[in-house]
Formats: sequence, C-alpha cells, structure tokens
Amino acid sequence: MFTQQLINGLTLGGVYALIALGYTMVYGILGLINFAHGEIYMLGAYLGIIFLAFFTAIGLTSYSFPLALILTFVLSVVFCSSYGFTIEKIAYKPLRNAPRLSPLISAIGVSIFLQNYVMLTQGATDKIFPHLFEKAGIELMGARVTYTQIFIIAASAILMLSLNLFITKTRRGKAMRAVAQDKVMASLVGININTVISETFIIGSGLAAVAGLMVAAYYGLVNYSIGYMAGIKAFTAAVLGGIGSIPGAMFGGILLGLIESFSAGYISSEYKDAYAFIILIIILFIKPSGLFGKTQEEKV
Amino acid sequence: MLNMFKKYVGTMKGVFSDFKKYLSGRIRIKLPESKTRSIALTLLMSVVVMALPFYGHDYLIDIAVLSGIYIILAQGLNIVVGFTGLLNLGFVAFYAIGAYSYALLNTKLGLGFWASLPLSVMLVTLSGFILAIPALRLRGDYLAIVTLGFGEIVRLVLNNWDSFTKGPNGISGIEPPHIFGMQISKLGQFYYFIIIFVLLAVFVIRRVSASRIGRAWIAIREDEIASSSIGINTTAYKLYSFAFGAFWAGLAGVLFAAKMQFVSPESFTFMESVLVLCMVILGGLGSIPGVILGAIILVILPEMLREVQLYRMLALGSGLVMLMIFRPQGLMGGKGVSFRG
Repeated sequence: MFTQQLINGLTLGGVYALIALGYTMVYGILGLINFAHGEIYMLGAYLGIIFLAFFTAIGLTSYSFPLALILTFVLSVVFCSSYGFTIEKIAYKPLRNAPRLSPLISAIGVSIFLQNYVMLTQGATDKIFPHLFEKAGIELMGARVTYTQIFIIAASAILMLSLNLFITKTRRGKAMRAVAQDKVMASLVGININTVISETFIIGSGLAAVAGLMVAAYYGLVNYSIGYMAGIKAFTAAVLGGIGSIPGAMFGGILLGLIESFSAGYISSEYKDAYAFIILIIILFIKPSGLFGKTQEEKV
Repeated sequence: MLNMFKKYVGTMKGVFSDFKKYLSGRIRIKLPESKTRSIALTLLMSVVVMALPFYGHDYLIDIAVLSGIYIILAQGLNIVVGFTGLLNLGFVAFYAIGAYSYALLNTKLGLGFWASLPLSVMLVTLSGFILAIPALRLRGDYLAIVTLGFGEIVRLVLNNWDSFTKGPNGISGIEPPHIFGMQISKLGQFYYFIIIFVLLAVFVIRRVSASRIGRAWIAIREDEIASSSIGINTTAYKLYSFAFGAFWAGLAGVLFAAKMQFVSPESFTFMESVLVLCMVILGGLGSIPGVILGAIILVILPEMLREVQLYRMLALGSGLVMLMIFRPQGLMGGKGVSFRG
C-alpha cells in the first residue's frame, strides 16, 4: 500500500512539477499568473491524440513505434510552444505596463477561449488516448509499477534536471535569471527582454505539453476541461514551493502529488482535489512566501 | 453636396477621436451635469424599471430578476476588488454559502425566509471573516490563489457531502419568501422584491464607500504601505472589506435560492466567480453605476447570443482580452482607478 501510493504520488507529482515550472517561470519574469497555462497542457494531450492517430494512419506506428512516439512528443511540444509564444504576443505583451489585474484577466480570457475552442473542434465528450506501453508492469516491493509510470517519472526527472542545467549553466539561462531579478537593469546590460520572455513562454509551454501527453497516456482519457484543475493544482504547487523559484516548483509539485495520493489512499478519495488547497492554505499561513520563497521588501 | 460630405467627414472624425479618447481613458462617460437633468434621467429610468413587469414578457422579467441578483453580488465583489484592491477569485463561495444556508435552514429546519435571511447572512459574513484571517497575511496573487482554493473547497464540500447537501443533485423544494402573509412566487412580484434589495445594497454601499471606512479602503488600494504609515489599520480595514463584501454575496445567495427554489453545486463554479469578476471589471473597478451596468450587460449578452450559443464563450474569452487591451478601466471606470497587487 505504502510503496504503491508513493509510486502513484511520484508519477502525479512529476507531472504537476512540469506544469508548475511553466507557471513559476512566467511568474518569476512577468509577475503574472498565466491562467492559460493549464490550457496549453490540455492542448498537449489533444495534439498527442491527433499526431498519434496521424502516424497510425500513415503506418508509421507499425513500422517503428518508438520513432512515432518521439515524433509525437516533438511535434506536440513544438505546437504547444508556438501556442505559448503566440498567446504571449497577443494577450500579454500589449499589457506589459498595465496595472497587474489586466494581464490576469486577459489570461483568464485566453483560457476560456482555448477551452471552448477545443470543445467546439474536438467535441465535449472524453477522448480515448491510445496506450503507449503494455499494460503490465514490474513488481517493486509489493507494488505494481506500470511502464507508463516509469516513463513518466523518468521523463519528468530528466526534463527537470536539464531545465535546471539550462537555467544555472547556460548564457540564456543566466539572462533569464537576470530578467527575473530586475527587468530594467537586465535591459541596461544588453539583454533583450522580449526575447527572454518569449523563451520563457516557449520552454514553459513545451514542458506543459509533455506533461499533458504523459497524463493522457497515464489515465487514457482526455477532456477539454482537464486543463482547469491541473492548472490550478500546478499553480498551487508553484505557490507551495515559493513562486518564482524553480527548485521550489519542482519540490512543490512532487510534494503535492505525494500529498494527494497518500490522502486519497489513507483518508478518502472523495476530497482528493480539496487536500491540495487545504495544504496550500496551511502552508501559506505558516510561511506566506512559500517553502522556498524569499520574502520581499516593499517600498512606497 | 461636397460641403455636406466634408461636414459629415468632419463629424465622423470627431466621433472617432472621441471614441479613441474614451478607449485610452482620457474621457469617461459623464452623467448629466445639471441637477435637473440628473433628476429627470433618474425619474425616467425609475419609471422604465418600475413599469417593466407591465409591458415585459415573462422571459424579460426573468432576466431582469437575475440581473438584480447579480448586481448585488457584483457590488459585493466591487467592495473587495474595486474599493480595497484585494483580488478574490473565489467570491462565489460566499454566494454558495448564502444560498445553501437558506436552502438547508428552510428544508431541514422549516425556517421561513425572514428567519433564515439574517442567520444565513450572518453565517456568510462570519465565513468572510474566517477566510480573511489567513488570507490577509498574503499579498496580491497569493491572496488570489488562496481565495480560489477556498472557492474550490466550498464547491467540493457541497458536491461530496451527500448526507447533508444532497451532493450534485442539489436541494429542491425551497420556499419562496412571504410578505404580510402573501407568498412571493410570481415573477412580477419577485421582480419588485429584488429591486428593493438592489436599492438597499446600492444605497448602503454608496454610503459606506463615501465614509471614513470607504476612504480607508481606497487608500489601501492605492498604496497599502503609505496608508498604513499614516495610521490606517490596514489589516482591520481589509477584514471589514472581506466581511462586508461577503455580506452582500450571502444576501444575493439567499435571494437566488428563494428565486430558483433549487440550489446545486453547479451554480457555484469557478466560471461563475470569473463571470462576476468580469462584471466588476467591465463596469469599472470601484464605480457603483459601472458595476450595475456591467452586471446587466453580462446577464443580457449571453441571452442575446443564445442563437450562436456555441460561440458565445469564445466571444467572452476574446472579449476579455480585448477589453483589457483597449479599455482596461472598464466602461465607466475613471482614469484614476488603478490596481496594485
């Protein structure tokens, strides 16, 4: 029971962490809760279905399944990244200097738009996501771990590590951190703020697309409304870890996944969605800036 | 002929430049300047409003009643977001608590409308206080997410506590209110009944917002640190704001339950919170007449778009984005109103 819940929790947590990274990166740089981020995740899942169906139709899946799978992931990531890029250009860029509420409302608008756009084009009913791996799994200390779960945990760990390397080691990552710290100063030393913001959206959306694909493969079902709950929970995870902090988002995501799966297993699964918020309220009550967050000095 | 054309072009240019100025917030909709004109306009409007049930179709009155409930709800949120500058994304939770309190007090304990009303509203105000205590330690976006979480928790409890709230099936058979032994169940009667509450809400909120408390709220919205440094107890005033806003949401909830005679968790989703927030923003943060206008528009517009039902949410989504880009201060908001996190 314990190992099983731990594995389930890590699977969920990895996914939450991937989505939370997108939230936390955008928040760190723009100070904006990107409500449309959950919808990008949902789009990733739908694009996965579409591309897999396309590759099956042209016979690529029977020719080489791993190749089809990789292509599906790559194409979904590319499409979602371009969605993220476009959304930023249309809905957030004109509001760069507006009062804080404006981009938030704009984000809610984008989220409503995308949700209904997918509902209209793909239908309101659940869509079945094909199985990527065999149903069977391996036995691990009395728990059954499916190949999909192994894949999700491994993929999210690799992505998180490479993001961390990107942010801490590369020049672009350094620029990103500089912009997050101080936009004006960063632009004075020759960093193109617009490029950095676009990159943030592209990376965040790509991670959300991967998360969407993996969750769809895990549950086997996709619906146009899945983005909302996942989005809120990932945001909760980001806040839990201290929003703006990248390790915080990873930690918060995994913690949230574990909390959910353990409370669903040991307490009651009916309130599965509520535990996340209760924990959030408690944590914020104790440490208002989140677990990894820094308290900010405010000036008049 | 050419002159006429030139004149026409000239006027149109004027109209366009006025419109541009309006969009950029340099001018705002002005109510009539002189007192007589203002009285005449008020009289005309009240005649139209009061006479509606006599010439209106039932469908129209129904929408009007719904608008009335939303006006009260949106005015409640306007206190929190518009006056005090605290973003609440789970405001519908208070509306839900109000509606369910009346539904439960009525169906389980058999209490009538007038007995349940103060109890329910008190309960909602209390829940506003309770939420405010942890939430007020937080700023801007953290507050938004905590209120969102609170809204979700309330909805999940209503949805899952089957033995108490009947879960997703909702509670039916709620009694309509009585006045002097007469049951208010006809649509026309309910319309006047709602109008009384709308007037009460607008009157009280106007008075409070013009008072010391209201000015303290606006000071907090404009600059919290500056206002605390001139001796405003910001925590206390934010607490009042939350509780006072929740009060009206609770009232709107009770009225909603009494009107529908049925409540279910479906009426209290996050989308509903967003809709109410849109009413406040469309009208103009902190503007009482603006929020009335915003609520009426956002109740009527979806009804008008029923023909193209599938596309109306697309329109709402893109409309929000465009509103924020072209007229972020809302239809009747002034230029001075800003929002800080």
